[in-house]
Amino acid sequence: MKRRYDVLVVGGGPGGALAARTAAEKGLSACLIEKRPAIGVPVRCAEGIGKEALKEFIEPDDRWISAEVHGAQIVAPDGTSMTVEQKMAGSKVGYILDRKIFDRELVWQAAAAGADVFVKTRAVAPIMEDGRVRGATVAFCGEDRKVAADLVIAADGIESKFARWCGLDTTVPMRELMSCAQYVLTDIDIDPHLTVFYFGNRIAPEGYIWVFPKGERTANVGIGISGRKSKDGHRARHLLDRFIADRFPRGKMVECIVGGVSVCRPLPCTVADGLIVVGDAARLADPMTGGGIANAMITGRLAAEVAAGCISKGDVSRDALMPYDDGWRLSRMGKSLEKNYRIKEIFITLDDAKLNALIQSASRLDLKDFSVLTLVRELIQRNPKMLLELKSLYSVLK
Amino acid sequence: MLVIHRDICGYCGACVSVCPEGALELIDAYLTVDDHCTACRICTRICPLGALEVADEAKV
Ligand SMILES: Cc1cc2nc3c(=O)[nH]c(=O)nc-3n(C[C@H](O)[C@H](O)[C@H](O)COP(=O)(O)OP(=O)(O)OC[C@H]3O[C@@H](n4cnc5c(N)ncnc54)[C@H](O)[C@@H]3O)c2cc1C
Repeated sequence: MKRRYDVLVVGGGPGGALAARTAAEKGLSACLIEKRPAIGVPVRCAEGIGKEALKEFIEPDDRWISAEVHGAQIVAPDGTSMTVEQKMAGSKVGYILDRKIFDRELVWQAAAAGADVFVKTRAVAPIMEDGRVRGATVAFCGEDRKVAADLVIAADGIESKFARWCGLDTTVPMRELMSCAQYVLTDIDIDPHLTVFYFGNRIAPEGYIWVFPKGERTANVGIGISGRKSKDGHRARHLLDRFIADRFPRGKMVECIVGGVSVCRPLPCTVADGLIVVGDAARLADPMTGGGIANAMITGRLAAEVAAGCISKGDVSRDALMPYDDGWRLSRMGKSLEKNYRIKEIFITLDDAKLNALIQSASRLDLKDFSVLTLVRELIQRNPKMLLELKSLYSVLK
Repeated sequence: MLVIHRDICGYCGACVSVCPEGALELIDAYLTVDDHCTACRICTRICPLGALEVADEAKV
């Protein structure tokens, strides 16, 4: 490990990997550190990603694609279901990845582009000079080293301690932390090309249960519930066990995964002097779906692009780095994060009777001919009791 | 005082993200708590597995 780099990237997930790869491609000296002993494990993800979003960054490869998804099924609390096929679901149709291999491939690409990579190497504190971030103290096998850098990219995921140490408050509000549990279940009857989402305040309060195929008879079966709904005997794991006992009593468990996803608004500012925050660390997971892989890659790449310009001009102050913050906020991704945040806030107020009514009437529509807006307008006509919720939904979507 | 049940903990870091004091730190599979912890119980609530507990000082 050198004593000095242009860019130090903290975290070896998709955000950090894209930041390091892009920085190296731009001719910067870059170092990526990951505190775990291996990239990509343990998995903390249901591994779903849209096709278009993925192709922006990497050519799809069978080595890390577990399944191709052709449609999504939505199941209401009363069991009513509707299936949204490829044509209608648009960019939501995609792949279920094998993130153990996928994350490793991304880091390999960063290394191939010229970045240094170290695992079992943890950032323990920023190096601060006159209030500016100038690198980090890192611990490798119990030994502390100082690594100086013009700029640090914090890509440390849901924990997001690095930005916190630099003075940004990254705390996720309890009600906006989705508490998640998931099993990889095998020997179960599923449609190997369909993702299934189960809604209901009894089975998954303020969240949902997912079944994402990973092969002919294998799937990621998981749950996310709001932190405020989680309590003794009623935690993500308990609710998931209950669902599985009911649905897949004969499923065999080959992996147990837990984790947290933020569904809050992004950090109010994602840059500071000498620091850029990307991906989950910046609270950029989608508040509706909890998906964050694509947003981590988008912001990882953008961070390195902005960094390259600022470093060549010799100015990495917060002001100089603002094009990163403005860049993602004003992009399609930033706008859809805000829109989906507001939709989520409406959605979590719906009780099971309302969820049933909504999904029942939507399932009766011929979805091929509808845009999302006409769909909501149609739902308003059919559900006069939900006028208030649907009207606010309509105004968010407009 | 916060007690970490290591046999239950899945070292996912969800608790780290909600801690208002930044008192929790995950070192690979080993979760630690420092003396900034105020026993506010937010982490004990959100843990997907129930690995965290605020124990009565007297009983510890
Ligand atoms: C149960 C669950 C299901 C999910 N399902 C989906 C899904 O289907 N689709 C989707 O798009 N997203 C999903 N997500 C979200 C997705 O996993 C994240 O959005 C994505 O991994 C974010 O990438 P990242 O690079 O920002 O962070 P991460 O992938 O979390 O990477 C951060 C890395 O930083 C490392 N790190 C932390 N602190 C330090 C430090 N001090 N020093 C060095 N390294 C450090 C961590 O060990 C970690 O490897 C899910 C999440 C969970 C928990």
